[in-house]
Amino acid sequence: MMEILPNVTINHYLMLSVALFTIGAFGILFRRNAIIMFMCVELMLNAVNLTLVAFSKLWGGTDAQVFVFFIMVVAAAEVAVGLAILMMLYRNMHTTSTDVLDKLKW
Amino acid sequence: MLTEYAFWFLSFLAVFSALTMVVTKNPVYSVLSLILTFFAIAGHYFLMNAQFLAAVHIIVYAGAIMVLFLYVIMMLNLNKFEDEKKSLFMNSLSVIAGCILGFVLLAVVKRTDELTIVAKASSAEVGLVENLGNALYKDYLLPFEMASVLFLAAMVGAVYLSKKEMV
Repeated sequence: MMEILPNVTINHYLMLSVALFTIGAFGILFRRNAIIMFMCVELMLNAVNLTLVAFSKLWGGTDAQVFVFFIMVVAAAEVAVGLAILMMLYRNMHTTSTDVLDKLKW
Repeated sequence: MLTEYAFWFLSFLAVFSALTMVVTKNPVYSVLSLILTFFAIAGHYFLMNAQFLAAVHIIVYAGAIMVLFLYVIMMLNLNKFEDEKKSLFMNSLSVIAGCILGFVLLAVVKRTDELTIVAKASSAEVGLVENLGNALYKDYLLPFEMASVLFLAAMVGAVYLSKKEMV
């Protein structure tokens, strides 16, 4: 059986990742505050990381954990640039609500 | 037995605080509950013998990224309730879309039961610094260097974007 912990299979971890990923995607659709939407993206990235570590535990290799490192690097870079963009938006538009920031809507 | 209880506890903690993050109105509470989620995920990494990854996860996410979020929220003075005016139609639409996405992903996970995967016996030392360092600096040296270039580009971009004189 595909147990990675006693009485915990790989499917348990996949279910947990699905739950976290879905909550993140739902948050992006549900909220209008750009900062909260940004945090939801972080949550989705972490759900994927959890899947990678679970499979690394299942197969016993280091490759998946190295991938997790690179995902963390990309997340950190994304947060730095994204928050700078949000700062600039707030300075010019005085809001971070995507109800107001709809210039790119068709 | 203990690890099983720890798994369920950490899972419920992660899901509950993630839901709190989405639902609560105050952005500061959102950040704090997301930090709680990250600690729960780090606990999962500990359970799966990825000790170094758990430490890096706490340092990078809880220590750097979420502090950056808190900093921006406090600098922009967003910690008051901001009324998001949304129609009931859009709300229910987003709930339905989220439910459908979760349903599809759950169906995919269910289908993996039918595969017969033969798992190798994984040693407990995979997640230690020595093995990860060997993989990172030998097999993945080029991506590692490219990641540093990406960081440099992100740093330059962040500094340039947040200059005061920008229009």
